[in-house]
Amino acid sequence: MTTWHEYVQKDGSFPEWPYPVRYDDTQNIVADVLVIGGGIAGCHAAISAAKHGAKVAIMDRGHAKRSGMGGAGVDHWHGACTNPCSKVTPEEYTQAILDSAHGYSNGLVRYIITTEGWDTLLDSEKMGMRIRDVDDEFKGADFRDEETKLLFAYDYENRHILRVWGYNHKPCLYNEMKRLNVDIYNRIMVTSLLTEGGKQGGKVVGATGVNTRTGEFYVFRAKATIIATGGAGRLWQFAPELTAAASMSDLNSSGAGQAIGWNAGAEFVLMEQSGRGGLGSLGYAPYSMANSSNTYQGTPIVDANGKEIPWYDVFGRELKTVKERFLPSLGQKFMLGVGIGLNYYLDEYRLNNLAPDVPERILKGELALPLYADLTLLPEHERRIIFGMMVGNEGKTRIPVYDTMAKAGFNPDKDLFQAPVMPPEAYRGANYWGGMGFPNTRSLAGGGFLVDWDLRTSLEGLYAAGGAPIFGSGCHGEAATTGRYSGRKAAAYAKSAAEPVADRKQVEAEKARVYAPLKQSKDGIGWKELNATTARIMQDYCGRYKNETTLNLGLRLLRELRETEAANAYVANPHELGRLLECYSLISVGELVMNASLARKASSVYIDFYRLDYPELDPPEWQKFLPVRLEDNKVRIRELPFDFHLRPPNAPNYKENYQLHCGL
Amino acid sequence: MNDKVYMVPNPPMPNRAVMFDPDICSGCNLCVEVCPDDVMMPNPEKGEPPLVLYAEECWYCGGCVEECPRPGAITMLHPTQQRISVNWKRKDTGEYFRLGMTNPPAPNTRPPSG
Repeated sequence: MTTWHEYVQKDGSFPEWPYPVRYDDTQNIVADVLVIGGGIAGCHAAISAAKHGAKVAIMDRGHAKRSGMGGAGVDHWHGACTNPCSKVTPEEYTQAILDSAHGYSNGLVRYIITTEGWDTLLDSEKMGMRIRDVDDEFKGADFRDEETKLLFAYDYENRHILRVWGYNHKPCLYNEMKRLNVDIYNRIMVTSLLTEGGKQGGKVVGATGVNTRTGEFYVFRAKATIIATGGAGRLWQFAPELTAAASMSDLNSSGAGQAIGWNAGAEFVLMEQSGRGGLGSLGYAPYSMANSSNTYQGTPIVDANGKEIPWYDVFGRELKTVKERFLPSLGQKFMLGVGIGLNYYLDEYRLNNLAPDVPERILKGELALPLYADLTLLPEHERRIIFGMMVGNEGKTRIPVYDTMAKAGFNPDKDLFQAPVMPPEAYRGANYWGGMGFPNTRSLAGGGFLVDWDLRTSLEGLYAAGGAPIFGSGCHGEAATTGRYSGRKAAAYAKSAAEPVADRKQVEAEKARVYAPLKQSKDGIGWKELNATTARIMQDYCGRYKNETTLNLGLRLLRELRETEAANAYVANPHELGRLLECYSLISVGELVMNASLARKASSVYIDFYRLDYPELDPPEWQKFLPVRLEDNKVRIRELPFDFHLRPPNAPNYKENYQLHCGL
Repeated sequence: MNDKVYMVPNPPMPNRAVMFDPDICSGCNLCVEVCPDDVMMPNPEKGEPPLVLYAEECWYCGGCVEECPRPGAITMLHPTQQRISVNWKRKDTGEYFRLGMTNPPAPNTRPPSG
């Protein structure tokens, strides 16, 4: 008897809420540095701030030991350009990103992560995460350095991406936070930022939250605050009944950090950029299907009759050997790899891939479905590193894929692993488990808080870290490294900052807003219906193709929703309260995205942004950033050149800026 | 069949997400403590396995299984429409297998690297 239904059927009574319910009770917490979000970035930020002498409080939506997008592990670490084997410099990597993105990324974030990514990884190694082949399991492999025992991913020649045994990264970080006496507050849904005098655009002096088990209200006051929250996976699509939270991130990914920042008046960049929707409801459990991308890069794919699909380099030359799949080809400097928050690559940095015309080959009858991953065709080291090392350490693979499939009898030495059976056009890429997705669902891609060389946002006292909240960041390693950097900077700022004073009126107004759903009529809708409605508005009015009228209609509907159905929504317990507050966040983020989309009156291939009323692609005068923010609740837009990070008041080159600001 | 019948809402989809073996589970609730989404709640009866309350909020990270001090007490279960999609074929015999089948092949006992 382990489900609610079984319990109720047996006893004929409802189990009472298992935690003490204390709505309205307020907990007051004071710290030098407050970290919002206890994922990879938040934990690294908390550890780094504590090591620099700050009294640190961290709040997490779930439990900081396991939570967050990177909470379930990591198998490779991007941009470790300063590791002893790397042949790529931070400058080269940063330039490759900016060239690929045609300017639409953040040079300073990329430079910071490639300069300190390796050091951050060494920190994690000291905390207990394994980053070297100490057992010599892969001795002699092409991807191993015999001296350091480091293992490389994607590009065995340039060696700037490392394979790591990161399934336990979060538990290691959690233990380190405990050791450093970081005050950890789990199960807190953040609801707002507190600003000096309660003013939008004012200095940030803390945040409020609600405990989603007890319903208690939390007021955090801090000299410096770091936003290290996740993305907004539920913004365009909501179907957790179908596919594990219906996106690549867990259900807690509600854009809460972006929402509180937007409402507090912080500036955002590139929120108009979105990509094809994550898993949609047509996707499959991550990594649970045959594919040849990311963790499975290089895996041989065969058709139903055992015919292998050939590999090609980016210039259309067929690759004859397995070894060549992992090497840059003539004309390429190095390969960047995938999953780094970049959706447009120049050929000279792209990965080798399966034949680009697999859909046509299927239609012509040259390839018969289903397709399979045939790991037996790989040398033992390559097979074991993919299914056993990477699958086993990458997020959501140790228990969900490796353990589950091994117990069910799958053996990579003997078995062909089937790819999902989909329409031919779905086999264009190599990541088959993503499924096809719906054409009108999108996911945020690349946009976020505008930060300076201190990783400070446009608001005094507010810093940002993470793969999701910072504009121009992307992966697990970037989350860790920006966390480490922002923690240090926030701690330094806190040393000379004044005691934080919360505005009583702002706190009381927030408390009233947070508890309103408990006092509403039980005729109101629940959080799920509200979430699905927000997603519907985003799908219809902020899909891949937009125009001025539909965007304005979308904004009108979000406002309508906020003032009517959302204002009457009903919750039964602290858990539902947390989920409903997330839905309010989603509406705010939707407004931010639509306003950013209205600001860009041009279309762009590089950010997958199409305005039907401005169809010309990438006109030169629109190749710039358009930071948006709220001032007195009115939208303000300004312009910022792509190379703002190298223009006054900044120094003209990366190295100088880094040395001036890094605080080391 | 003779159980008393009550009016209850339809079961959620999925309705399990994780499964407990009551003979192994001690009801320590460590899994409840770390779950990022509060999928499970402590059982009102002490020492009994947790109740799966919000199965549809699970994102299948497996953290509960990793946290469990008693192997086998908790098993992660992908939604059925995902399990039916996980298929493989033995190369030399051509036999078809799937996750969740009635007569599965012998388990692969090789642990992951590390």
